[in-house]
Amino acid sequence: MQPAFSVLLLTTLIGAGQGLFLALYLAELWGRVGWTPQPPPSFLAAGAAIAVVLTGLGLLSSFFHLGRPERAWRSATRWRTSWLSREVIVLPMFMGALVVYALAHASGWSAANPVPVLALGAATAVLALALYVCTGMIYACLKFLQEWHSPLTVVNYLLLGLASGFMLATALAAPAATALVPFFAAGALLVTAAAFVSRAASLVRNARLKPKSTLATAIGVRHPRIRQISQGMMGGSFNTREFFHGRSRAFFRSIKWIFLVLAFPLPAVVLAAGLWQGSPLLPALAFVVQYVGLLAERWFFFAQANHPQNLYYQAVA
Amino acid sequence: MTQLALVIDLNVCVGCHACVTSCKQWNTSGPAGPMADQRPYDADPTGTFFNRVQTFEVGQYPNTQTVHFPKSCLHCEDPPCVPVCPTGASYKRPEDGIVLVDFDKCIGCKYCSWACPYGVREIDEKQKVMKKCTLCVDRIYDTGLPPAERRPACVMACPTSARLFGDVHDPDSEVSQAIRDRGGYALMPEWGTHPANHYLPRRRTTIPITPDELTRADNPLKVDGKLPRPPKKDPALDDVTSW
Repeated sequence: MQPAFSVLLLTTLIGAGQGLFLALYLAELWGRVGWTPQPPPSFLAAGAAIAVVLTGLGLLSSFFHLGRPERAWRSATRWRTSWLSREVIVLPMFMGALVVYALAHASGWSAANPVPVLALGAATAVLALALYVCTGMIYACLKFLQEWHSPLTVVNYLLLGLASGFMLATALAAPAATALVPFFAAGALLVTAAAFVSRAASLVRNARLKPKSTLATAIGVRHPRIRQISQGMMGGSFNTREFFHGRSRAFFRSIKWIFLVLAFPLPAVVLAAGLWQGSPLLPALAFVVQYVGLLAERWFFFAQANHPQNLYYQAVA
Repeated sequence: MTQLALVIDLNVCVGCHACVTSCKQWNTSGPAGPMADQRPYDADPTGTFFNRVQTFEVGQYPNTQTVHFPKSCLHCEDPPCVPVCPTGASYKRPEDGIVLVDFDKCIGCKYCSWACPYGVREIDEKQKVMKKCTLCVDRIYDTGLPPAERRPACVMACPTSARLFGDVHDPDSEVSQAIRDRGGYALMPEWGTHPANHYLPRRRTTIPITPDELTRADNPLKVDGKLPRPPKKDPALDDVTSW
């Protein structure tokens, strides 16, 4: 598949936004229980506002993927069958709940009414998790794209988003709420490790995939030796532009190693160094490094998917 | 239930692309707007087509077969492109099974093209909506046309009658008989899409005949040891003429 930058930005930005909110809410919840220091409402409000900005930017970039963005409202209509439609509904619901959550903390209302705000946070958390499922299922439900058609796809979207969210929460807490840094950093390291395991598992799985479709089933001729001579046009078409990443094998492979380094070990090392030195800036660097790594990861995710339609577009003449 | 479809005979398709050009000609002049081309007279011309003819070589030299393979929307009975559409622009007509795109509802998200294993949906780079074969839905029900012309443009254009059009759910239709009698098959059956369009395979064009099949073994003249032409002095059947 040809990775579209609008979709790379959408999935990474909203993933980080959801993860940031879930990290904040977990900190608030644990603070209420008394396991971690109570996060100040102003910090929660600012963090939720940043999550709103991230998801808003993701939503904005998604419009660039549409040929007819002015009709985007129609995409909320087929939620009964389409995961894309479900995502289109859940994303604004999550953003709306997030805005209310941020306002509740910014206005000081949460200090007087902790239980309703916790309940609101719980509802927002459910929406955030539902959004991960919707985003992952958009890809996992396409059975022809065998690289995506796996529960690991959903797990990866969840864990990678959570990892970047916890990383961002650490970066925000480092200068503003130092007492919470150990909690967020531990979360970031744990989730990054878990994400590494699940992403590596999907890489191993995809390396062993055997394509179900072959040229023999594509044209229905039972013969082991079939070769395309002509694809019916010479100047390319939507089919050749949308479904091939068009990069060299070396570039493709290098992106895999780049994301395996940038998204997992390097930010963990930078974050650990930041914790050790008590630096307020290194956690932010760790988040930026991981975000760039996740962009590479998403590029690879799309480029690796080999669409069966490509069997029909093997040769130009 | 009706399921209109094409049946394409790979045995007689000569790869002339007449179906491609007639399809483009008919549909680019249709009510859904033109099928835009980019750089049509320049390097790397490209554009939207509903139908493509591809060519494959089967076997290894010198034992090769060239297979010309027309490919358009297969109007699957269980179309995977329809449920994924977030707007409902992509739909399958219950009355005749044609899979269509409502060009006014499509947001151009391309998700349906990802969900089609056959690669038969193409986005129109000018209108920014997804387009695909309509089985000439604006022709086949047009009572203004003579009945013989109420068929898809590609079927009308095919010079070798490689393309048949009809209802594959009607067991007596021309297409159903062709599928039954000539081994019609569907593409990529492994995905369970149940394409309505079928393809008829390449067939042998030689008939194996042995010499004994050319002479009548039980010819009574031979059984009796008589020659086919008796001597002139032998009595004739009507006493006038001889054999």
